[in-house]
Amino acid sequence: MRKTLIATIALIGLTAMPALSETIGISIPAATHGWAGALNFHAERTVERLKEANPDLDFVLTTTSDPGQQVSDLEDMVATRGIDALVVLPFESEPLTGPIQRIADSGIWVTVVDRGLAQEGIEDLYVAGDNDSFGRTAGTYFADTLDDGAKIVVMRGIASTVDNERVAGFESALEGSGIEVLAMDHGNWNRDTAFNLMQDYLSRFPEIDAVWAADDDMAVGALAAIEQAGRNDEMIVVGGAGMKEMVDRIRNDDKTVPVNVTYPPAMISTAIEMTAMGLTSGAPFSGDFIIASQLITPENAEDFYFEDSPY
Amino acid sequence: MSTLRNMRQNLPVIAPIVALVVLILIGIALNPNFLSYANITNVLARSAFIGIIAIGMTFVITAGGLDLSVGSMAAFVAGLMILVMNLLTDSMGQGLPVILIGIALALGVGILAGFINGILITRAGIEAFILTLGTMGIYRSLVTWLADGGTLSLGYEMREMYRPVYYGGIMGISWPIIVFAALAILGEITMRHTAFGRHCAAIGSNEKVARYSSVSVTRVKLATYVLLGLLVGIAVVMYVPRLGSASATTGLLWELEAIAAVIIGGTLLKGGFGRVWGTVVGVLILSLIGNLLNLTDVVSPYLNGAIQGVVIILAVVLQRNTGTAR
Repeated sequence: MRKTLIATIALIGLTAMPALSETIGISIPAATHGWAGALNFHAERTVERLKEANPDLDFVLTTTSDPGQQVSDLEDMVATRGIDALVVLPFESEPLTGPIQRIADSGIWVTVVDRGLAQEGIEDLYVAGDNDSFGRTAGTYFADTLDDGAKIVVMRGIASTVDNERVAGFESALEGSGIEVLAMDHGNWNRDTAFNLMQDYLSRFPEIDAVWAADDDMAVGALAAIEQAGRNDEMIVVGGAGMKEMVDRIRNDDKTVPVNVTYPPAMISTAIEMTAMGLTSGAPFSGDFIIASQLITPENAEDFYFEDSPY
Repeated sequence: MSTLRNMRQNLPVIAPIVALVVLILIGIALNPNFLSYANITNVLARSAFIGIIAIGMTFVITAGGLDLSVGSMAAFVAGLMILVMNLLTDSMGQGLPVILIGIALALGVGILAGFINGILITRAGIEAFILTLGTMGIYRSLVTWLADGGTLSLGYEMREMYRPVYYGGIMGISWPIIVFAALAILGEITMRHTAFGRHCAAIGSNEKVARYSSVSVTRVKLATYVLLGLLVGIAVVMYVPRLGSASATTGLLWELEAIAAVIIGGTLLKGGFGRVWGTVVGVLILSLIGNLLNLTDVVSPYLNGAIQGVVIILAVVLQRNTGTAR
């Protein structure tokens, strides 16, 4: 009788332990472009919300601008803050795989966001957008709405796996549609580069029916160049990632910007919330959680417009 | 025989022009639209930002200095200008005064930033490379901080009102081209025919001798950095109306493009000799390479940087093969 009582108390003690104080480390890229800025915005908001809702949770948030610094940040978190869980958006897959594996091996819960590691099975939870679906959604829209023989130009991002996956998805959706891709060059997810590139596309091709700018920052640059050339009525521009200004144009039925494709930076919130719930509730949360890209149209644009988001 | 010798002697002088002409001929051969009015004005207008900065950089380098902070400085000035103009629109309403205050602010902050660089280099004696590397990081961080990691955008109505400064012009020539051309001519005259220009060259080739020749070395060097700061301000005044926004990626690597243009143009990196018209040619060469690569599919876009590198090296090699005699 006494023994069971002690055992029961011990058991209560054990299950109550996590409620004492849990620290979640979060490591994400610094806000060097619009999308990463929104990522930081959503991460900070989620941390604030969770701290308020759950005083037992503690957070360490670091932002890094290169892979080397991120490795140091992770080491510091483990050594000096004794984190119980890690939410990380790896700056680059290869260099971060080893360090994150060592953290996972030491028994810390690891949630990897968006950029997968070079080896499978390291992380407990994987939360990511779907780059293939991002390209495919835009491609399918073009295939469905443009006429056979329509001419389009493409602005790619910075040469990377993300960009390759998006373009592969886009091209496979176009297959057999009879749409002709006139050119694909890198706009580097940058407004100024995209502006110059679009100017050059416009001088080079007398007929363009549509532009796929695989990111809204590039779409902003492209639109300025098209407006300068006075060819607004001739073509449509489809960007991606759901920038506030673009969603606003869509909900106002802008003819040049009919749709957009999401790649939500708020996925960092999904990852942090799921990790926190996993730590505090004991409900199972391991596995992959892939957030599909959605098509923003004038009909549903209102649901994608966030007034106070920086992006 | 004598004409041949003449040509050999003149090679350093005409090398950048030869490179430019070759690029133009390639352009004509590759794409019939290359010589179209729209394409030429596009290339000239987009060259204006780096071109205006590179004119100032020519004086700094001629006087034996260097400034790595101009790209970040441009981003910071642009960000601050947009922020202040948006705040003023709230209190003063839209109108010309807001634009004029914005322009004055950009020029003022540019001059101040150049003055800070210059005073620390000349009075505190900090190596120009290290000091401007430091200020480069400072301005880049400040603009990221001002923009909260995102993008600073000018309010829609103000953007429409300010837009003509980039897109408008006289007789089909847009303002950035006119300003760039005017500043280039002024710069060339200053470098060739004023005491200031000659003092820059004297300091760059031998600071001690210049000092003994009663050239006010500190003041002239300080003036080159202030002038560069002012020109960064002017470039920003032309840049902001284009897209009406600034972010952490604004002006990235502009400093290196400006320095490359100056060197391609025949100015010596170690100082002592500079020519502004060469810098203008250098800027046009760099812009044309990007333009040509966008107008064709001949090379993989992954190789753009490699092509640019080869042309930069070729243009410089052509000038240097006549030896060090100058």
